[in-house]
Amino acid sequence: MSVASAERAETSGGRPPQEDGRTPRRRKENQGRLAFWLLLPAGVAVFGVILYPIFRTLVISFFEVTSALATDTPFIGIDNYVHVLTSASFRESMGRTLYFTIVSTALELTFGLIVAALLNAKLRARWLFRAIVVIPWAIPTIVNAAMWKGIFNAQYGSLNAVLAQLGIINEYQAWLGDPATALNMVILADVWKTTPLVAFFLLAGLTSIPSELYEAAKLDRARWPRIFRSVVLPMLVPSISIVLVLRTVEAFKVFDIIYAMTRGGPANGTQTVAYYAYTTAFSDQDFGVGSALSYIIVVVILALSAIYLRLLRRSEMSLL
Amino acid sequence: MKRSTRNSILIHAAAGVVSLLILAPFAWMVMASITPQRVLITTPLRWIPEEFDFNRYIQIFSGGAESVGATFRAAMVNSAVVAVGTVTISMVVGILGAYAFARLRFRFRRATLMVFLATYMLPQIALLIPLYLILNSLGLLDTTTGLILVDCALVIPFVLWILSNYFMTIPDELEEAARIDGTTRLGALFWVVLPAARPGIFAAIMFSFLLAWDEFMYALIFTSSDAAKTLPVAISEFAGRYTTDFGLVAAGGILAALPPLIVAIIFQRYVVSGMAAGAVKG
Repeated sequence: MSVASAERAETSGGRPPQEDGRTPRRRKENQGRLAFWLLLPAGVAVFGVILYPIFRTLVISFFEVTSALATDTPFIGIDNYVHVLTSASFRESMGRTLYFTIVSTALELTFGLIVAALLNAKLRARWLFRAIVVIPWAIPTIVNAAMWKGIFNAQYGSLNAVLAQLGIINEYQAWLGDPATALNMVILADVWKTTPLVAFFLLAGLTSIPSELYEAAKLDRARWPRIFRSVVLPMLVPSISIVLVLRTVEAFKVFDIIYAMTRGGPANGTQTVAYYAYTTAFSDQDFGVGSALSYIIVVVILALSAIYLRLLRRSEMSLL
Repeated sequence: MKRSTRNSILIHAAAGVVSLLILAPFAWMVMASITPQRVLITTPLRWIPEEFDFNRYIQIFSGGAESVGATFRAAMVNSAVVAVGTVTISMVVGILGAYAFARLRFRFRRATLMVFLATYMLPQIALLIPLYLILNSLGLLDTTTGLILVDCALVIPFVLWILSNYFMTIPDELEEAARIDGTTRLGALFWVVLPAARPGIFAAIMFSFLLAWDEFMYALIFTSSDAAKTLPVAISEFAGRYTTDFGLVAAGGILAALPPLIVAIIFQRYVVSGMAAGAVKG
């Protein structure tokens, strides 16, 4: 193969030159061609599935499509978007989604840091602790939701039983029965499941901190809070940023735990935007508005990610 | 010396508390699945029943056709088929692509990777309606093949991300040595890079298995019968139908959680080293 021979001729001359313009043209083209063929299967498998639907959903969002079998679907421009943006239920579901996203991400990051520190600490049965921590991460979201739905149940739930037997509450509470508490309870269930994932991501960052840094800090007689602030945190900034982006995006799209725990209820108290889009499209059969809604979600997620990535770049600069 | 012992005790105590917080809810679910129904609803709750009741598991494993058990067992098989199929395809395709991102210099390399990763930001809901129509016209609705197809599109970007970061940490020299001996690029990928990237590969397998096993929205909309319904959909139907028998839902949930639990506990020791490279480079 020409690729291989070109490579061999080149590597025998020492380290391959980087992208600096002096690279021999032939080699660059050959690498480009090989890269194309290597990436083709991944490209087909990913974009073959999503490209047309993204485009199609955008188109639908400009039409009035009020049934799966609708034959009369007039073009209505941005009316669907106007309808969504001016509706109170959209604004409320957006508020709930932001609340869910901010609170769950903040809690997961805080607890994740603690658990990551423990995972990294000198523990006797470290393998056992790691195996325990991985459990919530492995439990499927729907099973997790069913489990917490049972725990919060008003009649037989174990949360009521624990609190009552400890004398903290006198009467059993319907934890998922009140719109305001229900969302917090869903957040609790989400935090329990997701904190381990966050912890393992942060642990990966922690283990990459050279031990010399700790030793130097100890020689300077630095205390733990100071070591954390001046050594650990700056070194963790890249991992924290990645986790922040991943978790924010995921939390903003939250659907399955809501579906399985509360179906958006009670009184829409846990209805997030993704769930709202789902009911609009599939229960109300209003595909036009549902598509517009999902595009608004896409735009918000893109905006959030752009802000994060900018912050990340700035924080990296400040480290240098 | 004294201070370090005190620290060590504190750390162990904290680890104990965390373990308890993690295990307690799960332990209660396990206990609920083998507690007789009438004991489960008594107040005050008896945490450990006097007699255990394994009927729900028997019901799930031996119930005849048209029973809860039959649906559940079909869902177990479907989930296994979908997860294994998705992981296999995603890993093969992902390894090839990740090698290109990590080792080859070509135009728009970063941009291409970013486009793959950006697909993660699309909510599934934005694709559901057109995907439904496409799968319908291809005759792939309510089939495991259809689910594997759409799940791969979710999983591959993750595999590309984890693996390309890991491949970058493997020293070039290893591969160069092999190529001087006359091995081709692909040969070097299989005989040099892959064996050296074992932790990254295992981390990617674990990630993609958990993702595929957990996938809910596509399965909810694109499947309708025992032919392709996966466990998350079956469990959520269970939970909706048997609201009075939490024990049955718990038993089903535990069985549904077992495969990913086993995979995660076996593979978790690779995950830290496998992601260590990934998380740092991002």
